[in-house]
Amino acid sequence: MKNKLLPIFITLIFIIIFIFFYKGLQNTSIYTPQTKISNKIPSFKGDLFYSDETINSSNFFKSEKFYLLNVWSSWCVPCRKEHVLLMDLKEVKKLKVVGINYKDKKINAENFLSELGNPYEKIIFDQEGIIAIEWGAYGVPESFLIKDEVIIKRYIGPLDKKLTEEIKSIIK
Amino acid sequence: MLYSSIGYYALILGLGISLILVYFSIKNFQNSSTLNTKILSFTFLQFFLVVISFVSLVISFVLSDFSNETVFNNSHTTKPLFYKIAGTWGNHEGSLLLWLLVLTLFILIFFLKTKNQPLKYKLLTLIFQQIIIIGFFLFLIQTSNPFNFIFPTPEEGMGLNPILQDPALAIHPPILYLGYVGSSIIFSSALAATYLNLVSKVWASHIKKWIIASWVFLTLGILLGSIWAYYELGWGGFWFWDPVENVSLMPWLALTTLLHCIIVLEKKQVLTSWVIILSISTFTLSMCGTFLVRSGILNSVHTFANDPERGLFILVFLFSLIFISLFIFFFFHKSSPNNSNSFFWLSKETSIIINNWFMMYFLSVVLIGTIYPIFLEVLSSQKISVGPPFYHKLIIPFLIPFLMAMAIGPKLKWIKSNIVDKFYLVLFFAISIVLSFLIVKKFSTNLLINTILVSSALYLFFITLRDFFIRKYSNISQNIAHFGFSLLILSILLNNLFSSEIITNLKVGETFTSSKTKIVFKSINQKQEKNYKSIIANFSIENINETIEDLSPELRIYNQPNIVTSEADIKTTLLSDKFIVINIVQNQDYFNVRYQVKPFMLWIWISVILISFGGLLSFFKREHEK
Amino acid sequence: MKIFKLFFIIYLISSFNNLEASNDDIKSKITKNLRCLVCQGQSVYDSDSEFAISMKILVDKKLAEGFSEIQIYDFFKERYGEWILYDPELNKNTYILWLLPILIFVIGGAIIIKSFIIKKN
Repeated sequence: MKNKLLPIFITLIFIIIFIFFYKGLQNTSIYTPQTKISNKIPSFKGDLFYSDETINSSNFFKSEKFYLLNVWSSWCVPCRKEHVLLMDLKEVKKLKVVGINYKDKKINAENFLSELGNPYEKIIFDQEGIIAIEWGAYGVPESFLIKDEVIIKRYIGPLDKKLTEEIKSIIK
Repeated sequence: MLYSSIGYYALILGLGISLILVYFSIKNFQNSSTLNTKILSFTFLQFFLVVISFVSLVISFVLSDFSNETVFNNSHTTKPLFYKIAGTWGNHEGSLLLWLLVLTLFILIFFLKTKNQPLKYKLLTLIFQQIIIIGFFLFLIQTSNPFNFIFPTPEEGMGLNPILQDPALAIHPPILYLGYVGSSIIFSSALAATYLNLVSKVWASHIKKWIIASWVFLTLGILLGSIWAYYELGWGGFWFWDPVENVSLMPWLALTTLLHCIIVLEKKQVLTSWVIILSISTFTLSMCGTFLVRSGILNSVHTFANDPERGLFILVFLFSLIFISLFIFFFFHKSSPNNSNSFFWLSKETSIIINNWFMMYFLSVVLIGTIYPIFLEVLSSQKISVGPPFYHKLIIPFLIPFLMAMAIGPKLKWIKSNIVDKFYLVLFFAISIVLSFLIVKKFSTNLLINTILVSSALYLFFITLRDFFIRKYSNISQNIAHFGFSLLILSILLNNLFSSEIITNLKVGETFTSSKTKIVFKSINQKQEKNYKSIIANFSIENINETIEDLSPELRIYNQPNIVTSEADIKTTLLSDKFIVINIVQNQDYFNVRYQVKPFMLWIWISVILISFGGLLSFFKREHEK
Repeated sequence: MKIFKLFFIIYLISSFNNLEASNDDIKSKITKNLRCLVCQGQSVYDSDSEFAISMKILVDKKLAEGFSEIQIYDFFKERYGEWILYDPELNKNTYILWLLPILIFVIGGAIIIKSFIIKKN
């Protein structure tokens, strides 16, 4: 009896492994980090772009409106396309657009804004890229929709028409 | 265009020949007096067809024939000739053609060189090998055709990633495959021998040469991969426990274990089941590795282009081989009667069993570490990473008894032994401990574990060294290989303990000063090369005893594909490597500079060469020396 | 002969003094354990990508602020998930990962000892 048991057991194990591998093929191997949505905003300190004044996160998102925090830089190619949509969102009454200028040179960032327009009410200057990490971002562009100091939605990659419509409808 | 057609039809014909070969072999098997010479001719023809196919692909690359999709995806007219040729096997489709080349070559050599074995055994080995070959032909033709046409013919190709354009990486696949794929013969012949109940001392002597050959190539192949990673990738490391690296290490662990077991089996009829299992496992692990890196199931630094259809094919193929092997093993293997299993606990057989025990443990660590994330994700959709800390924590403590066993084991006699050389064994033990204590105390934290580690490595080192010099070894190849291994562990440990690094941002003309080192960023030269723009940074490094070294790392900005690579400048001496690399910092006018001092790097490479050399010696050893 | 070897090795070791760059143990340990999110299989320590450089600066800052090693890992885990750590933690998800190899080792040992006991009888 024992002689029959071992082969069956081992064959079974291999069948199980096969199933696991088969299912594993369906999953993608690229990792997109899951931030826990409905998270409170991170606490951080940063310098403002234009005035060099240091602000604290606890004072930054005080208004009752929605905030769209956009991580951008002048050297980021998809940011250019997205920028047009941001200028559009600037006009939305219930929304304030703010920016984190990521790992950039002030001169280049200023040129970028004078060329394409400035949708940001305030910009945080994150030259070392560490404030972006506080937010759990890891590249540009990324955007966060915030209300009452809570992150409602996170967008990795540039915004497109569809996503801006989605933002507008959430705000309503 | 012509060559692609030739290559393609050669493959189709080759597949046809597989079927012919299986047919004739089965017939010959049933009425088996002498070998049907047609079989030998067809085996040769099959190999020849694969060569034609392979050469056609090479020619297509050399001529930059972009009507061929593979050439288009992986080559470019400005690539230097050497890399055009090497680009043939640097991609998924071409590398599979290399698989076929080795598969068909090895079965041919097997047929030509196997003299004193029964005909049925040779035929059955051929049949099993053909099953593998058929699988690969189908895989190639169905999902990974190297000879797809694209129309209209593009003017220019997509180019090969420049970090793959390196001499070490060019020969790394062929050498690795000779080992990796070469273990297919061990697989096929083990199955054949099991079916015919031929697993014996005679068979062991015969298959041993194949095991050693495969092992030597696999060891060298892995070495080349590490050397490439060190010199080319610019992070100063040589092993990262990345899935692709693990996937080449696993067959190596199984093969090394098999090598030790076959030594025992050569002498007496023991461990037969285990030898069969190991023989099957080695090639299975190779195939499993192929699956893991080509199907897209794992995220790694070195994966080929991914395609789930390919993944599925290999998965089914792999498990077909596994189930065939399981079937043959369970139905046809008769384990040897127990009375031949008699040896005393203190004997060479025992030390080999202990070797097996540890090696299988190491193998399980690497295997589980590599595939566990897949299983976890399927079960719970949670992604985790398993990296170097995991492997280090589980492997390093076990290295200590392992190294000790390697030192004492070879000194034991077969069947029963008392320990000779007791005096030296104890003396070296004491010296090792004292010495390593002094070394480690001076330079590092983690005093205890490092001391013990270095001691055990030193212990093996001294014992094998002494054995070599007083010629008190039963087996010079084993002595050299074990010595090489001790040197490897020692070099890695000391490298780890004594490496140091400075990371800083510098503009041209700036200097970095620390208590022991001064780095001066002297100047920059820019140059336009054939397919890239080169930025060379000149550094002058002064260390504490006022010696000055000049190092010039380079940045290369390629046009096709659009990539920036960082070429480290490495000054190698017997004692240490000085390693410097620069990187562009986005949008700033300074560079990120990384300077490392890495002792004993050269000895790491030398030790692996020594290990393979030991194996090579064993391969050429005359029968009478046993 | 042995004394020769001993002195030779001691000499080698003492000549290491002029080889040092500078070293920062805990920072290296942490950055080696963090996975670079935008690279394909590299630690933050090894990577020179923009993200990795920022991570290294942030680790420095957190260490200066008095964060312990575990707190820094938690900080990054919160933002990026377990995947960012190379050293898998011992939790309900990873018991099998850590214990299965040990189990195999123990079973191997048991099989070996058993076969010796059988022989002795």
